[in-house]
Amino acid sequence: MNFRLAGRTAAFPRSLVFVSAAALGLVVAYQSVPPANASDEMEIEISIKDHKFEPSALKLPVGKRVKISVKNLDPSAEEFESKDLGFEKVIAGNSDAIIRLKPLEAGTYIFYGEYHMDTALGHIVAE
Amino acid sequence: MLAALVIVFREVLEAGLIVGVVLAASRGVQGRNGAVALGVLAGVVGATVVALFAARISDAFDGRGQELFIAGILLFAVLMLAWHVVWMAEHAREMTLELRRLGSEVAAGKQSLFALGAAVAIAVMREGSEVVLFMMGIVMQGKDTAAELLIGSGIGLLLGAAVSLVLYLGLAAIPLKRMFSVTGVLVTLLAAGLAASAVQQLSNAGLLNILDTKVWDTSWLLSQDSWPGRVLHVLIGYMDRPTGMQLIAYAITACTIFAMAYSRRAPAVSKQSSARA
Repeated sequence: MNFRLAGRTAAFPRSLVFVSAAALGLVVAYQSVPPANASDEMEIEISIKDHKFEPSALKLPVGKRVKISVKNLDPSAEEFESKDLGFEKVIAGNSDAIIRLKPLEAGTYIFYGEYHMDTALGHIVAE
Repeated sequence: MLAALVIVFREVLEAGLIVGVVLAASRGVQGRNGAVALGVLAGVVGATVVALFAARISDAFDGRGQELFIAGILLFAVLMLAWHVVWMAEHAREMTLELRRLGSEVAAGKQSLFALGAAVAIAVMREGSEVVLFMMGIVMQGKDTAAELLIGSGIGLLLGAAVSLVLYLGLAAIPLKRMFSVTGVLVTLLAAGLAASAVQQLSNAGLLNILDTKVWDTSWLLSQDSWPGRVLHVLIGYMDRPTGMQLIAYAITACTIFAMAYSRRAPAVSKQSSARA
């Protein structure tokens, strides 16, 4: 009974290839688009030391793209995360990472280090 | 110890739910257990490698490496799951019959086993690398003793595996007649959710900037940070603050897989209706 199906194997469906090619094309296309006007983007820096953020409270303007460079000065990794802002990123010990925020609406946004929730807490106020 | 327990539990659960759904969706496929076991093993090895090179991956592509890497493996997982759903749709009827008649396993193509194993490996690799990085950190700090860390992680692992097992058993308890439809839908939605996560990663990398503001906010109703929110996020791709592009990716993925599974589904067999006896 078992051999009945033995010869029938599912070839990789062709439409899947198209979908994946299209997705890849989309990514490549966007990569070649020059980045948003640099003057719209502001840069800030946050460091992590002893599993605490410095600064842990930030004020940012509404409606601007923000590039945060995070410096993890601890030897251990941290997962820099904010559900409010929609990112999570693992930052290895003694290394840097860049987070790009979309233009913010007015409000308060919590961020945290998921590996050290007891100390690594901070927030951004956009106004 | 508690921190290790919570983190390990969360990551094991997130990977375990995917494995549970995939296992249920492939009941009756011969060689399934081997493929899944191999997938888990490959995932663990992959997780360690990713964790060791975390800094280098992250620095690649002007600091966009981690997002691109995750988006890439997520899209690959979406393809594998889509493939699996389509394959199962083609063979579900025969397998249902075989399972009923003999309780035996049905021979499957090696390719579909590859899809199965690869999807599992990716789920384990992604969540596992976070566990490895977290553990390396704890060891470095020397805050917890090795024994405490081990106990915490062990309990977390067991709890995560237990919840995933409950999900699997729940799915496996569905009458055979409906099971493959239910699991097919579940895997499809799971894949759609992964596609939406991939979009979020690309958007965070600054590579996908259209329609990237949230369309609605249901975090007051069910936060994605809560346990039910997390579980639903893994299983059906629940998002409390989806962007337009994420919704589009979700819809396109789900519709594509449904359409393909529907069009390739095995033609009705006349004796199927009388196969109840």
